[in-house]
Amino acid sequence: MSDNHNDEHLASSQSDQASSVDLEKRNFLIASSGVGALGCAVAAVPFVLSMTPSERAKAAGAPVEVDVSKIAPGTMITVEWRGKPVWIFNRTEDMTAELHKHDDQLIDPDCTVESQQPGYCKNTDRSIKPNLAVVVGICTHLGCSPTAKLQPKGDMGENWTGGFFCPCHGSKFDLAGRVFKGSPAPINLVVPPHKYLTENTLLIGVDTEDKA
Amino acid sequence: MINETVTEKNKSVLANVFNDGLNWVDQRFPLTSNIKAHLTEYYAPKNFNFWYFFGSLSLLVLVLQIVTGIFLTMHYKPDAALAFASVEYIMRDVPWGWLIRYMHSTGASMFFIVVYLHMFRGIIYGSYRNPRELIWLFGVGIFLCLMGEAFFGYLLPWGQMSYWGAQVIVNLFSAIPFIGPDVSEWLRGDYLVSDATLNRFFAFHVIALPFVLVGLVAAHIIALHEVGSNNPDGIEIKKLKDKKTGIPLDGIPFHPYYTVKDIVGTVVFLMVFSVVIFFAPEMGGYFLEANNFVPANPLVTPAHIAPVWYFTPYYSILRAVPPFPGVSILGIPPSLFPGVAAMGLSVMVFAFLPWLDKSPVKSIRYRGSLYKQWLAAFVVSFIVLGYLGTKPSNVWGQFGVWLGNADRATVVARIFMIIYFAFFILMPWYTKKDKTLVVPERVTG
Repeated sequence: MSDNHNDEHLASSQSDQASSVDLEKRNFLIASSGVGALGCAVAAVPFVLSMTPSERAKAAGAPVEVDVSKIAPGTMITVEWRGKPVWIFNRTEDMTAELHKHDDQLIDPDCTVESQQPGYCKNTDRSIKPNLAVVVGICTHLGCSPTAKLQPKGDMGENWTGGFFCPCHGSKFDLAGRVFKGSPAPINLVVPPHKYLTENTLLIGVDTEDKA
Repeated sequence: MINETVTEKNKSVLANVFNDGLNWVDQRFPLTSNIKAHLTEYYAPKNFNFWYFFGSLSLLVLVLQIVTGIFLTMHYKPDAALAFASVEYIMRDVPWGWLIRYMHSTGASMFFIVVYLHMFRGIIYGSYRNPRELIWLFGVGIFLCLMGEAFFGYLLPWGQMSYWGAQVIVNLFSAIPFIGPDVSEWLRGDYLVSDATLNRFFAFHVIALPFVLVGLVAAHIIALHEVGSNNPDGIEIKKLKDKKTGIPLDGIPFHPYYTVKDIVGTVVFLMVFSVVIFFAPEMGGYFLEANNFVPANPLVTPAHIAPVWYFTPYYSILRAVPPFPGVSILGIPPSLFPGVAAMGLSVMVFAFLPWLDKSPVKSIRYRGSLYKQWLAAFVVSFIVLGYLGTKPSNVWGQFGVWLGNADRATVVARIFMIIYFAFFILMPWYTKKDKTLVVPERVTG
């Protein structure tokens, strides 16, 4: 008797559920699913962040100190900073004079793109001292390291005024690391943050605002 | 006489034991029903031809790559200081290590060969069309996974090409506006490709992507067996079934008919595979590049960088698209983004095929000449772009001043890139306009 009654009750409540939505239950399910999804997203954070540069990698990216007194005019040295080649080259007066003559052949002669050099190097020489240039030797195309062709002409042809040539896809840069028109590289080479601790001691990786 | 009866009796005892055992399993796991559903009672069209070898061959190469890969990890060291030497150790000191490594490196190229042919089969016979869109999409997922596997795996020997190839490809991500540089730093786990990068690429290559790959392959096959295989006529064999048995009139059970056929394909494939492994494992620099026998040097870039052959059509497209002009537009710094986007699209565009093809017929057998011309143009574009991608962009010299001294190869690549994309973009138009033939009711030879 009571069994029958229960069955009827169950059947009628089931048909009620089918026709009308239990909003309270639905809202609860939506809210709890949302909280669950949020929890998963938060739990993913440590995993995503574990893939960013480690403390050791950051420490290896520490600034590099260089003695620039031994770089003769017209020559260059390459130092390693954050594993990348950084060129330091001592331009002769002829070389710096040439920098002001070929603006019309450059993609961005006035260094308008902020990310490519610190504010204090936003000049034609792209340097703190007119003769000493500090440039990251990584092509802005796809990251190859260009070859130095510092002297004018030579195997680069009659019109070459000195600079760098990328062997990968033929990008050309002048002696301030500014890219010539017609190169696959879209923009000038990067000038890293740097400052002079003394007359001849250069620190690469830190600038006057202490921004690493 | 007596002996015979004993043998008969033994046989029936054995059969009973076998049947009892099978019953025991079947009550606990759907073994017999799965064998029936996927092999002995999976009815495939009876007119499969040469092109239908490459699905099962892809599966074979997948198994080969997993098995050889497991044995390589027993000796390989995912450490920037040790990786290069550990690969040479495998080649010189590990017994048979050279064979296992060459099987794995050759297997990578063979994987792309069979998968490209498998995809081409899908294109010519319209296997991506309704109701097989999901099979095709799972397939595109498999293809992307495979490209990821190839890319991550290529860094592991830590040679010059490994290093600079990874450098170039990871840098592609920095071309994404705004978030790009952070994304590529996150991928590398360092400010440059380094030990951290090698270690995580190893993790992706040996555990993360293989899992995804196997899962996608399972989904690919489950979806295929749900709707049934297409065939060279592009006819749905399930439309005409035997009234009594419900078996498609043009269907034959996959086992034994196609298992036996695929064994023939496997034998021929293994012959070709062996010839490459034993006589030309480097394939003249196409399967293993010469510069990769030089240890990675972060300060010196090799004079010519090219990806392995299976990536070169997309690499050509990357190079062919000019960058944004050298000044900021709307705050977006000048970048390679157009080229990178075009390269990404050139791979992803395959996913849209099921919805781009508006032809009333599926198979090339019943399509008109318009479609065939477009397909031929696409194949030629793919091959020319692939060839140019292996060469420096000045390989054919320059045009004169009249074309701004542009590299000949770059101009050619641009033309073929346009054809490549036009094949897809114009497909809704030319497949509709094409004069098609009448498709027969039953499959032909």
